[in-house]
Amino acid sequence: MSDEQDQAPQFICGKCNIPLSMGKVSVAYMGNSFEVDLLRCPQCNLVLVPEDLALGKMLKVEQALEEK
Amino acid sequence: MERQRVQELEAQCIEEQPPACTAGCPIHLDVRGMMDHLRKGDFASGFGIVARFLPFPSIVSRICDHPCELVCKRAEAGEPLRINDAERACVDHGFKASALPRPQRAQRKRRIAIVGAGLSGLTAAVDLGMKGYETVVFEAKPEVLGRIRDWKRPPLPASLIETDLEVLKTVGIVVRANTSVGDDEVTIASLVDDFDAIYLGLGSRPVLDHSIDLQLDESGRAVIDPLTFATSHPKVFAGGCHRYGPAVYSPIMSLHDGRYAAMSIDRMFQGASLSANRETQGPYQTRLFTKTSVYTALPAIVPAEMAQGYSAAEAVEEASRCFPCHCLECVKVCEYLAHYGSYPKRYIREIYNNDCIVMGAHKTNRMANTCSLCGLCEAVCPEHLPMAGFCQEARQSMVQKGKMQSSFHDFPLRDMAFSNSDAFAMARHQPGSTASAFLFFPGCQLAASSPDHVAAAYQYLGERLSGGVGLMLGCCGAPAHWGGREDLFQSALGTISAQWNDMGRPAIITACSSCYRVFKDNLPDLPVSSIWSVLDEIGLPPVTLGRNLQPLAIHDPCTTRQEEAVQKSVRNLLNHLGVSPIELNEPGLTTCCGFGGLMSFANPDVADKTVDRRAKDSDADYVTYCAMCRDNFARRGKPAMHILDLVFGKTENPAAREDPGFSRRQENRARLKNMLLREVWHEPMIDEQDLPELNVSPKVHALAEKRLILLSEVRDVIAHAETTSEKIRDSKSGHFIAAFRPHAVTYWVEYSLEGEGFAVHNVYSHRMKVGTDQPS
Repeated sequence: MSDEQDQAPQFICGKCNIPLSMGKVSVAYMGNSFEVDLLRCPQCNLVLVPEDLALGKMLKVEQALEEK
Repeated sequence: MERQRVQELEAQCIEEQPPACTAGCPIHLDVRGMMDHLRKGDFASGFGIVARFLPFPSIVSRICDHPCELVCKRAEAGEPLRINDAERACVDHGFKASALPRPQRAQRKRRIAIVGAGLSGLTAAVDLGMKGYETVVFEAKPEVLGRIRDWKRPPLPASLIETDLEVLKTVGIVVRANTSVGDDEVTIASLVDDFDAIYLGLGSRPVLDHSIDLQLDESGRAVIDPLTFATSHPKVFAGGCHRYGPAVYSPIMSLHDGRYAAMSIDRMFQGASLSANRETQGPYQTRLFTKTSVYTALPAIVPAEMAQGYSAAEAVEEASRCFPCHCLECVKVCEYLAHYGSYPKRYIREIYNNDCIVMGAHKTNRMANTCSLCGLCEAVCPEHLPMAGFCQEARQSMVQKGKMQSSFHDFPLRDMAFSNSDAFAMARHQPGSTASAFLFFPGCQLAASSPDHVAAAYQYLGERLSGGVGLMLGCCGAPAHWGGREDLFQSALGTISAQWNDMGRPAIITACSSCYRVFKDNLPDLPVSSIWSVLDEIGLPPVTLGRNLQPLAIHDPCTTRQEEAVQKSVRNLLNHLGVSPIELNEPGLTTCCGFGGLMSFANPDVADKTVDRRAKDSDADYVTYCAMCRDNFARRGKPAMHILDLVFGKTENPAAREDPGFSRRQENRARLKNMLLREVWHEPMIDEQDLPELNVSPKVHALAEKRLILLSEVRDVIAHAETTSEKIRDSKSGHFIAAFRPHAVTYWVEYSLEGEGFAVHNVYSHRMKVGTDQPS
């Protein structure tokens, strides 16, 4: 994401029509919550969870929390 | 879960019972472990085992009377293993002084006198010396082990005896040779005064020293407790030939006596019970079951030079005849039990421990939820351990404690909720009837897989049975039962039971063996029959399809395991249909298709292995009478048909029918209900929504199925995105990416506009809730 500024933004909020940018977003599961950096609309806070995150790290954390 | 019950279940698993050879060996030498090393040519490790059990390995491995060989299970497939020769080979080819056991360093303050330096006396001396006790051996003759030195069958080399006797020095045992106990100088009475315990290894001769009051038998030998080797004097123990008399001599029993007398002496010093926990002391019959019929009979390997014993190569060859003995009957037939690399006794312990955890990770939850609950393990278990019942109990406990992972069963429970919603559930008397003598309950999965067959079967039953045949659509609650959700299960049963009452308590006819099982086991008031028994009785409709059928192999659903009458009816029906099915196994030993117990949701990989393994049992196409079995085979590419495909099917090759998949399963159920309302009862249909057209490629469809995402959920995401504009445009692809969280799962869909509808490019989901402002 470091060279994001150099390129045309890839993801645009469909509601606000402005590019998504990295920002702190809270994620919560089974009574636990964390803050993570994710692409989100700076205006309406619409968040993008990419496929690799949902099926990778996120799934692992879900499973670990479920076992608690 | 009750601890005592868990322990009883654990005890039912016999895999940890010793093999027959070890149980039959008076000192329980680990023959299986020794053979394991020998098979690999690892003589040093084999010797390690021999030396751990035998205080004099070189001697005993040559003279042991090997009762183990009498009970060796190899005898059921050829000749018994030559265990004693193999033991000797460990010594001959693997002896290493450094591998011999070392005495413990801490010295204990008790002193023991051993009278008689035969095998039993010296074994007691070595065992006690190893534990750090001071041990003095009194021997009348100039040398120890007199009988062994005179051994004739064949004679033992003196050097070998000396090698073994090194242990006396290592342990620090004092030997007082040429000292006859009973002479004026040393008597048993004086030993009793000077020592803390005495072991009498007097040989078969009577006790001549009457210096203490010792209870003697009619031949003048000390009366010895066969379990503890105690005599009538609390400090005096005895064993060896003295116990058996002159007629027999068993070196291994002498060793046994010395060893267990030493154990008693040690226990006495520790203040422990002499007799507790000694049930498996000495030779006994093991409970371990080993199926030997699967092994080819093999003769024993006899040493080419008998006096020389086995060459290394001969020993390896003989050890390769060791099976080795294990039970594992259940593990051999079940992918689930094999998957976790162990056997039920350990699984039960792990699942129970997991259940008891208050803080920390519940690592075994998935294990308890992977069992298909099919009951095959119980059917093949020599002790009929009910593993499925245990797993089910564990699941109920997890649910009660709030420890069940919702991700395991969310999807099938939502599917069950769908089936019991207005979208599918209904109950009606036969059109034109106000009463029902019968009630057809086709089940949710046959309706999901073959809605047309349900309609056709209902029509046929209505034509052939008198008194009115009602219809009840819905789910019997099996998924909730399997998932440990007794609340949902009882609620589903309650609804069914109430409707059945309202309809005048008709006789129920099920088309699904899981429903049949559920009703039979949980609603004993409901008279329930399987449609297969009913059709067997009333006859099949004329089947006009002149198909040229390939040979078919029959797969019985696991829920019919104990239903012999149903199995028989199905075979009768197949015969009527011109099919002589190939039997895959005894019907009672059928396997799960991978769906049972919701295993495919908790552990899809094991479920796939389960169905794939079953699919390989025969090259023939399969015929079955459970829609879920049929569809699971189809999903994994095994041609399979439902018996109703042969009765009501219209396609040329029903075995090639695809698995409908989860989305279509729900659509089919809804479609069936609407079709029946419209065409049979002439009632208004459930409103069908004006749904947007979706273009889903087979690849994306397969992805959605794998990720348990229904097309109805995809539609919900797109509808939400399009009405709220909460969507993200990917400027690279021009696609939209949008999410919607209708319940505990957030679904993501990548899509684009296509004509009047939408093209779906990707779907995925997660359970975490992201962003406080995100639609939820």
